[in-house]
Amino acid sequence: MSDETPLVKMRGVKLEGRSDETWNLIINGVDLTLARGEVLGLIGESGAGKSTLGLAAMGYTRDGVRISEGTVEFDGIDLLTASAATKRELLGKRIAYVAQSAAASFNPAHKLMDQHVEGPVQHGVMGRGESEADGIELYRKLRLPNPEEIGFRYPHQVSGGQLQRAMTAMAMSCRPDLIIFDEPTTALDVTTQIEVLASIRDIVEQFNTAAIYITHDLAVVAQMADRIKVLLKGDEVETADTRTMLAAPTQDYTKSLWAVRSFERPRKPDVITGSTPVVSVQNVDAAYGKVPVLYDVSFDMHAGRTVAVVGESGSGKSTTARCITGLLPPTAGQIMLDGEVLPPDYRKRSKDQLRQVQMIYQMADTALNPRMSIGQIIARPVQFYLGLTGGAKRKRVDALLEQIELEPTEYYNRLPSELSGGQKQRIGIARALAAEPKFIICDEVTSALDQLVAEGILRLLAKLQDDLSLTYMFITHDLATVKAISDEVVVMKDGRVVEQGPKDDMFKPPHHAYTDLLLSSVPEMDPDWLTNLLAERGVDNIGDAAVDKM
Amino acid sequence: MIIWILATLVGMGALAWGFRFAGQAATGNAPKFRDMPFGVAYGYVLGAVVLLWLGWAYLQGRSADPLVANKFFFLRIAIEGFIIFAIAAWLFRILGRSVGTAWTKKMFRSMPLTASFGILTILIYAILAIFAPAIAPYGQEQIIPGVAANITPGGDPALGGSPDFPLGTDQIGRDILSRLIYGAQNTVGIAFATTLLAFLLGGTFGFLAATLGGWLDQVLSRLVDVLMAIPSLIFALLLMTIASVWAPELGIPLTVFMVLIIAVIDSTRVYRLARAVGQNIVVMDYIEAAKLRGEGLGYLVFKEILPNATAPLLAEFGLRFCFVFLTIAALSFLGVGIQPPLADWGTMVRDLGGFVNYAQFAPMAATAPLLAAGAIALLTVAVNFVVDWMLHKSSGLKE
Amino acid sequence: MGNVLTIILQRLLLGVLTLLIVSVVIFTAVNLLPGDFAQNILGQGATPDAVASIRRDLGLDQPPITRYFDWLGGVLRGDLGTSFAQANFASFTGTDSGATTVAAQIAPRFANTMFLAMVTAAIAVPFSIILGILAALYRNTVFDRATNIFTLSSISSPEFFLAYILILFLAVLNPIFPSLSNIFEGMAFSERLEKSMLPALTLTLVVTAHMMRMTRAAIINLLASPYIEMARLKGLSPMRVIVKHALPNALAPIINVIALNLAYLITGVVVVEVVFVYPGIGQLFVDSVKIRDIPVVQACCLIFAAAYILLNLTADILSILSNPRLRHPK
Repeated sequence: MSDETPLVKMRGVKLEGRSDETWNLIINGVDLTLARGEVLGLIGESGAGKSTLGLAAMGYTRDGVRISEGTVEFDGIDLLTASAATKRELLGKRIAYVAQSAAASFNPAHKLMDQHVEGPVQHGVMGRGESEADGIELYRKLRLPNPEEIGFRYPHQVSGGQLQRAMTAMAMSCRPDLIIFDEPTTALDVTTQIEVLASIRDIVEQFNTAAIYITHDLAVVAQMADRIKVLLKGDEVETADTRTMLAAPTQDYTKSLWAVRSFERPRKPDVITGSTPVVSVQNVDAAYGKVPVLYDVSFDMHAGRTVAVVGESGSGKSTTARCITGLLPPTAGQIMLDGEVLPPDYRKRSKDQLRQVQMIYQMADTALNPRMSIGQIIARPVQFYLGLTGGAKRKRVDALLEQIELEPTEYYNRLPSELSGGQKQRIGIARALAAEPKFIICDEVTSALDQLVAEGILRLLAKLQDDLSLTYMFITHDLATVKAISDEVVVMKDGRVVEQGPKDDMFKPPHHAYTDLLLSSVPEMDPDWLTNLLAERGVDNIGDAAVDKM
Repeated sequence: MIIWILATLVGMGALAWGFRFAGQAATGNAPKFRDMPFGVAYGYVLGAVVLLWLGWAYLQGRSADPLVANKFFFLRIAIEGFIIFAIAAWLFRILGRSVGTAWTKKMFRSMPLTASFGILTILIYAILAIFAPAIAPYGQEQIIPGVAANITPGGDPALGGSPDFPLGTDQIGRDILSRLIYGAQNTVGIAFATTLLAFLLGGTFGFLAATLGGWLDQVLSRLVDVLMAIPSLIFALLLMTIASVWAPELGIPLTVFMVLIIAVIDSTRVYRLARAVGQNIVVMDYIEAAKLRGEGLGYLVFKEILPNATAPLLAEFGLRFCFVFLTIAALSFLGVGIQPPLADWGTMVRDLGGFVNYAQFAPMAATAPLLAAGAIALLTVAVNFVVDWMLHKSSGLKE
Repeated sequence: MGNVLTIILQRLLLGVLTLLIVSVVIFTAVNLLPGDFAQNILGQGATPDAVASIRRDLGLDQPPITRYFDWLGGVLRGDLGTSFAQANFASFTGTDSGATTVAAQIAPRFANTMFLAMVTAAIAVPFSIILGILAALYRNTVFDRATNIFTLSSISSPEFFLAYILILFLAVLNPIFPSLSNIFEGMAFSERLEKSMLPALTLTLVVTAHMMRMTRAAIINLLASPYIEMARLKGLSPMRVIVKHALPNALAPIINVIALNLAYLITGVVVVEVVFVYPGIGQLFVDSVKIRDIPVVQACCLIFAAAYILLNLTADILSILSNPRLRHPK
């Protein structure tokens, strides 16, 4: 550390949020120091208070949040006592912000360039013409397509990944000393994420801008940050240099975050050729109204195994699940259960056929009726399918609760709103198990959960599969999850199956070009990963540009 | 006059500047005063001036000079009423916090004064409406023999009142107090029944449309679109005209027609809401799970959808009730609503309205129509306060 | 732009269609009347001439569909039929002043109502929008809570209550404005304005409350959006945030609020005109309802419905036009 004043100096900062007339602690006395040109990664799970802390570094709090204690200094200026005019002078000009959702953070009523030049012109940094020319230059540096022209479009005319880069350009427009990146790639697909990451890193390096990079994704922060600060429920866990942190975390919590990535199931024996698959999807086409979404999708799922269906948003993985459950009858092809053809519409299926195919949903919040107790939710399929009532029903529900590792007496009468996200997801699993099915569709069941919780769910699902010899169809966009739990993998893109096979084959080359791109775009914990990848593939061979070439 | 107003505004501007400057000096340039825009300072001064004026007006209302006192009589009553209601609401909230189940105690703890005022008022109205025959000193249609018509309210014989009739008598010698109390039963009762009917109709069809979708939804929604394209009071008046021809022909009281007509017109609004709420619930994954389980329509609607729709529907019930209540009052006021001799507030306002013009000399005489109109306003304000709080609470939970 | 034009054309067609269906509904409702209602309505004392003229006028011997199209054709030509009351009066006195047609009765009163509505709108629209924006900017302050209580009370009060309160304070106790609005043709504008002031103020109270609350909600919704936060974090002045970033997007909801509330004026006008004996179309409507002058009721209803549909349609089209997503398609 040099002896000059740090760019940002926060000491003992406490932040409180209001709910129902009372103030609750969000951040409990955190110190933060940032030198000029340094990139600090701020990581933590949802609710750790990282975004609130990031905004507080700008001297800004959202409605219903206040800084109750501590000091925030920017380049020696005390932001908490500075006048509104002084703060306005700093914001935008010397401190800039890049928000999570670029689509919502650009004003829909103005063109991108008008919003880009607003900062420089209002702060008197540049004239309009100069700033426009500079904007085009920045767009070019950020590798936006048609840099000359893209700024004269309205936000809704530009794609999400491009908007995110345009927002980074806007943050750069006054050449600030500090930029706060608030989860800038969370809403993007992996292949798009990578080019946004690459261009952000480049431009921050080029202008020697200091940055606070907020994310929940360890692998992403490893690429971007010089130093990492880990937050847990408003407290700082530890801070260290990126490489040190990755190589030798000192705290248990940090170690456990790292350990998640190591969960992987042992390989199962190969499927006996000629055996009847539990569920077989055969040449299925499907459409929403007149818009076709699936083309000739075929794959088999065998007893006791997990098939992961992988693809980015819009690839048709969830639609395939809707065809299997019968919510969306296919326009061609058929679904077989145990070698028998299932009626395409769920309303035509027998009670037993419905029982055999169960589903676990992504958002546990919307998957459980908020007005029913946990007991009622699990008991309904028990009574409906198995006809159990009274004591027998209660006994069965208790057994199911034990299976998902929740104490029956404690949870039976609770409402879903009294449970944590992971517990709710367990209830979803118990409801599926209550039908005693053969086959369960897991639709992105871990993507809304924090990593540690998600790992618990994956382990539980694996254990249940072994105990009850269940067959899973596991829909996900997260390749780490695929690696952890699957036996076979099906890769989908634009409504077609691109590649399928056993997991071990899929994670070894050679692949189909798209699978390769998808696999290589998933950030790894190695801090050199992005650099190596760019060196290997070249800047023009990642992200949308690469997808377009296919 | 205009110069006076301008001078006052400018004077307040100067005061506002002085206020901010004094604040800055007194607090050592604390951020609150340093960053205070001039408009906000002006607002503080304006508020202070209005409060001072109200205080002055109240003292005028207590003046010994009857001419001055008469002039400020109503303002005085309004200020006193406001303070009494505020204190009553405050006491009621304290009561609610210490009595009852844990759930109601918790509810009262986070309740604003407006809402506790609303609940208290609704309770009082309910008691009046239910026990009207026991509370009212006379019958609603009773023309008391030997009693003069148009006795002034106030019960002071010197001002033309009578202690037996604290609110006086109407143009044919009926006790106004009794009629006001019975009015609670008739007006509120009829409005309540109408709202229930509207909810039964609109709610049933709305949820059916949301759950089943398809052609039923299309047909019902288009029908509702057309019915809603006609302003409701106008439509009600048109239909009431026709009903007034039919009613004697069929021997059915016109009031029954009125209930049906308003219920049907209002059920269109309920339908829209029920359908929208239903559709929001139907897309939830737990409904999909229940459908895939093979559950029937009855289970879906009663076990899965309805329990989740109660909060918005309850709030809507309050709003609809107000709307129906005001429509009925307006119809009665226009002379085509609840028919005499039933006591009803809208009709009373129409019959007694002329007395407002005597307010300058005999303020008491003007209170009768204002009491009836005020009774209507008080209840709708109360219900609206409660609904506003409920909506605020449910939206706050989502955040 | 082609995209927007088609959407607007669709809305216009839909509006015309709705109006047609509404006319069918009104016509059918009136034709639900039992038996020979001409006789029934005019009473036993009516002259046979009057009864015959009404029968002829309504063509009661024709099938309903023919009658409907005759009526509709008449409406489109500006012929709204003959008023029962006036026809009866004319047949008694043997004079035909030319005022027996519904159109002749409605025309001057319609102008009066429009005048009242415009005075109200001129006061209410700027006032409520400014108040709404202020309440949104200073939300959760004493000012916001006070306006909330005040507007909620004024929405909940029946129009006649507000009207009597205004009469009490502004006409009886402090004689500033007249409590009767006996305006007539040829009156000077200033006098007409003075006489319309109390009804206009009553309507203003009701409409302002609605408009202010809706404006406040729309602005608060807008101020919570990420792009406003972004504008603040760019260090722009509060004024610029409002004018440049909030206002262009607030236009659509505010226009919507104004149009919806002008539509609401239509219903409010009926009661207020009765209280102040204002010679507008609402008063005529209520009078005709009481004496069951069906052709007038029918015509007034159609006019009210048409105005209501037109205003809602305007709101719809203006909010389409102010949406950048539709104005600049991909």
